[in-house]
Amino acid sequence: MMPRPATVLGLAAALVLIAGCDDMTKQKKQNPYASRATAPGEVPAGTVAYGEISAPVPPVTMALLERGQTEYHVFCAPCHAETGDGHGMIVQRGFPAPPPLAAERPQFVYDVITNGRGVMYGFAQRIAPEDRWAVVAYVHALQRSQHMMVADLTPEQRVAP
Amino acid sequence: MAAVFSPRANVIVAVAMLGAVGAVVGLCLWWFAWPRSDYVRHVGWAIQQPVPFSHQHHVAGLGIDCRFCHSSVERSAQASLPPTFTCMTCHSRIWTNAALLAPVRDSLTEDRPIAWARVTDVPDYVYFNHSIHVSKGVGCGSCHGNVARMPLTFKAKTLTMQFCLDCHRNPGPNLRPLAHVYDMDWHPDHATPSPADLMRAYHIGGRNLTECSLCHR
Repeated sequence: MMPRPATVLGLAAALVLIAGCDDMTKQKKQNPYASRATAPGEVPAGTVAYGEISAPVPPVTMALLERGQTEYHVFCAPCHAETGDGHGMIVQRGFPAPPPLAAERPQFVYDVITNGRGVMYGFAQRIAPEDRWAVVAYVHALQRSQHMMVADLTPEQRVAP
Repeated sequence: MAAVFSPRANVIVAVAMLGAVGAVVGLCLWWFAWPRSDYVRHVGWAIQQPVPFSHQHHVAGLGIDCRFCHSSVERSAQASLPPTFTCMTCHSRIWTNAALLAPVRDSLTEDRPIAWARVTDVPDYVYFNHSIHVSKGVGCGSCHGNVARMPLTFKAKTLTMQFCLDCHRNPGPNLRPLAHVYDMDWHPDHATPSPADLMRAYHIGGRNLTECSLCHR
């Protein structure tokens, strides 16, 4: 016996309505980090991350120094303080005080930013290589600004306010 | 001849009419107002976290910049939640015995990530990219609210499609100079360039920012 047309129509309408129950805001997709079993494993020692390959040292420009100032403010100033004297807010709250920033070889400063030193953690994951060079340049400028002699200034700089 | 309606009929009709009006009003509220309520949209709900991390203490109290922890925000679609390593940058030496931080220390010793709960989430069919927004002068607070005043973090804005479109149709008023993008307490003052100037400076306006495929890919 055939079902009545009204029944067929009713069922069809119900199918259309049921489609509205699908919540597309959450969809099935793979998240490899959701489980320890599928997450990317430990990185073998000595592996160089993409983007971490040694790039040439960028030339010092005003833009580089400004970038270095920003990155220094974000990542270094909490401990080293904006002046570099090592009495930043985190040090005031109990972190061992770092020595005041001293004149060091650029490569040394770069390596300390990358790998850390003593109780200082490395910032390789947080500061990109070109930004590390920017910080190195800014730290150098910061030191020069604090040990500037009048004799080092050009005549134009001396009359400037 | 007996009366067609008994004296009770007046009451029954009045109650039925009131009930019908009430049902219509109730249905409208349930259908239109309820889904738009902050309760359903989880606006203002503090989310339960494994560690009761206080943005107020770290941002307003200590002056730590957003990027110290959310370090990929300038380069990636995700601002990224910090790994335990980032917490330990300071907490390897500060508050090392605090019971509150036990989950962080356990995470480090057991080499197991902390499962932070999401505070802001957009639907899976929306593709949001942090890096383009912060590099075009949209401040963190424009979408996340003043995080520096949140002892426990909560969603401060609705983050609905309407919310996104309000800004995408007219981005100017929500733009700020690049130096203030991460400044939680920033407000425009007389020195702030006009919205039109900011739009020009960021090269916004050449493209229709309400194209579907901009966010739905």
